[in-house]
Amino acid sequence: MKAKMLTYTRLESPIHRLTGAVKLIFFALWSVTAMITYDTRSLLAMFLFGLVMFKISKVKFRDYSFVLYLILFFMLLNQLAVYLFSPAEGVKIYGTSHEWFHIAGRYNVTWEQLFYQFNILLKYFTVIPMALLFLLTTDPSEFAASLNRVGVSYRIAYAVSIAMRYIPDIQRDFHNISFAAQARGIDMSKKEKLGARIKNVSAVLMPLILTSLQRIETVSAAMELRAFGHGRTRTWYNARPFGKADFAALAIIVAILAGSMLLTFHDGSRFYNIFERTE
Amino acid sequence: MKKPIIEFENFGFQYRAQAAPTLQDINLTLYEGETVLIVGPSGSGKSTLAHCINGLVPFFYPGTMTGSLRIQGKEQRSLSIFQLSELVGTVLQDPDGQFVGLTVAEDIAFKLENKNVPQAEMIGKVAAAAEAVDILAQLRSSPHELSGGQKQRTTLGGVLVDDVGILLFDEPLANLDPRTGKSAIELIERIGSRPDKTVIVIEHRLEDVLHGRVDRIVVMHEGRIRADLTPGELLSSDLLAETGIREPLYITALKYAGCRITPDGRPEHIDSVRLDDGVIGKLKSWYESQDREEIPEEREAVLELEQVDFGYDADRLILRDVSLRIGQGEMVSIVGKNGAGKSTLSKLICGFHHPGRGRILFRGRDMRGDTIKERSRHIGYVMQNPNQMISKGTVFEETAFGLQVRGVSGEELKERVFAALRICGLYEFRNWPISALSFGQKKRVTIASILVMKPDVLILDEPTAGQDYRHYNEMMEFLLELNRGGITVIMITHDMHLMMEYAHRTIVLADGRKIADDRPAAILTDPAVVATANLKETSVYELARRAGVGEPKEFVRRFIAYDRRIRAR
Repeated sequence: MKAKMLTYTRLESPIHRLTGAVKLIFFALWSVTAMITYDTRSLLAMFLFGLVMFKISKVKFRDYSFVLYLILFFMLLNQLAVYLFSPAEGVKIYGTSHEWFHIAGRYNVTWEQLFYQFNILLKYFTVIPMALLFLLTTDPSEFAASLNRVGVSYRIAYAVSIAMRYIPDIQRDFHNISFAAQARGIDMSKKEKLGARIKNVSAVLMPLILTSLQRIETVSAAMELRAFGHGRTRTWYNARPFGKADFAALAIIVAILAGSMLLTFHDGSRFYNIFERTE
Repeated sequence: MKKPIIEFENFGFQYRAQAAPTLQDINLTLYEGETVLIVGPSGSGKSTLAHCINGLVPFFYPGTMTGSLRIQGKEQRSLSIFQLSELVGTVLQDPDGQFVGLTVAEDIAFKLENKNVPQAEMIGKVAAAAEAVDILAQLRSSPHELSGGQKQRTTLGGVLVDDVGILLFDEPLANLDPRTGKSAIELIERIGSRPDKTVIVIEHRLEDVLHGRVDRIVVMHEGRIRADLTPGELLSSDLLAETGIREPLYITALKYAGCRITPDGRPEHIDSVRLDDGVIGKLKSWYESQDREEIPEEREAVLELEQVDFGYDADRLILRDVSLRIGQGEMVSIVGKNGAGKSTLSKLICGFHHPGRGRILFRGRDMRGDTIKERSRHIGYVMQNPNQMISKGTVFEETAFGLQVRGVSGEELKERVFAALRICGLYEFRNWPISALSFGQKKRVTIASILVMKPDVLILDEPTAGQDYRHYNEMMEFLLELNRGGITVIMITHDMHLMMEYAHRTIVLADGRKIADDRPAAILTDPAVVATANLKETSVYELARRAGVGEPKEFVRRFIAYDRRIRAR
């Protein structure tokens, strides 16, 4: 079968041992910090921190290689688009213009623009490792319990868990249905004209939706028969109490947030300026 | 003194959306410690009866109840579905669909979690329940790592964990292969032998359930209780034929030999049925009156696989060196347990994947270069679940879809669709919305939608799964008719009756290899093949062995040949 992609693998590492709730809070605050700051020093420090975390987690490269390449590709597109749409954004932000070379018309390459885009790149490189790490090291079944612990209603928390449970089944349904449709001569590949292709895709979607609805009916009957939704609260087989490491992780992320904010805003601008004004 | 656990009194039920009541005049008392089997054809109301006991009726499927139903002395309508779940534990028929946890342990713990049982207490209880159903080693496995039987055991563990008195099994054998079904029944028997457990099994596969202990059988027919008797009495009566339930094969064999079945002959189990000199004499004279083996005719090959290898990864082959030959006009079954490579084989034939090594020939021509669409002109594929194939609103639209995609339109389209619908007995329904059809009719629509393209070969995945004896017969006779009309039929199946009654030949796959390719009688009497393919030895074989009549293999072959002649009449 196909290789598993971006799914949780049971490993022994300090990162894996953290509870899902702490990892979620950590990831959320981390992302907020990275979004706010354009301070290169802060971003660089966070990026390095992220790499160290990755090393500690013992996650294997092949578990996320495909997704990583995909992200890198889109990041490249994004960088090109940023430049094409506003080649002078850096100049506007840093207030100076040091041209490196000129391409054509309004397109020239300034060190300011390069530095600005380097910062954007760095932001992505700060957030992405943490996002990957969160997905790869969080046990989905413990995650639902964690969500419930941080105040999310257990019905919603369980809905997340049940979605994770049934995604592979629905994928399998999709493969089977599309196999049967294609074996009937219903072509969904590029060989078919766009109009016909859209029509043919509906030949797969309709049965998929109906089968999924049937699944939902069976599951909800099975859940009701086993007393789901009866009480105001429920316990969790896989719940884990917060340990020392969890509190330490929370302390670290609060410190990172505070430190980064201090560094970013102490001179009154979100941007860290390395360019001298040359009036 | 027997203690009544479930008491129906002049009970009736009508679903909100139905015009007529589904259950009427139900008077039935079940006692503590009993194991009761409820049989009946589809639509007889047996599932509704189960839903009334576990509370899905009226909490999940609303409707009106009349009369009275008491469970452990309490009126059902005064209890909530939660209170009922404290009394009745249910195992539904789809082991995959009801698996709610991400791992075995969580699924077993599910009910305890909902009841706010503290985690520390839960862990011990889950382990004990897992041990009782023999799934302890898989506690941390996720559902897609488990077989159907393991999933079912997990669900049963989830019921036992809470120590309920009434265990309800709604068609527990529906999705299991014969051998897994056999162990499921053994497990149910083991749990039902505890004196405080009342077990109710709803099932139409009578012979398989009777493999375990059953105290009483309730026969449902058209919403009413037709009979309430012991297994021996039921097998000695004509009720099975009247209500359309398949009788155990050894009983059929005894009847063919002219034996009379009576309750004191202990007919409820192949090991207990009395075989005295009179019975043996009759079996012997029947056996000797039958012909010896006839040689099957040579057929021209329509589909051939030559030393086919296939795998998604080069180092892990799913099919290895598979060679087979399907003759023009043959009706062949392909068997093997889950993961043996059966579905991969159909995907290769339809052109979804390409063999790593070897060739696939259609009428002697290598199909390597042909696209899926080109192959679909000759080879049709019908899925097990018709709902996964149907995408249009009406019978006509669905049947016409494949032709429209090929650019056929106008009169020609109409004519070809009508012809296919006539063959499938659906012409009168051509303007019906598909949602108004029964399961069996939907299945026919999917077959019609393939036949309309005039394939030479039809591949069907489990053509009779989930259908009762009457629908099984209708479907198989229909396929037989298609086959006689010249279409080659390949059936992927677990159903041993289907093999015995209809297949010319059976091909057995195990771990990606073909391990046998012979006539059904030979396959079903070969212990090694039966074990690796998760099949079960047929009870006719056991009958011949016990009676010491002839060579058991030959006995089975003669039985099958005779049975087919009788059916053909």
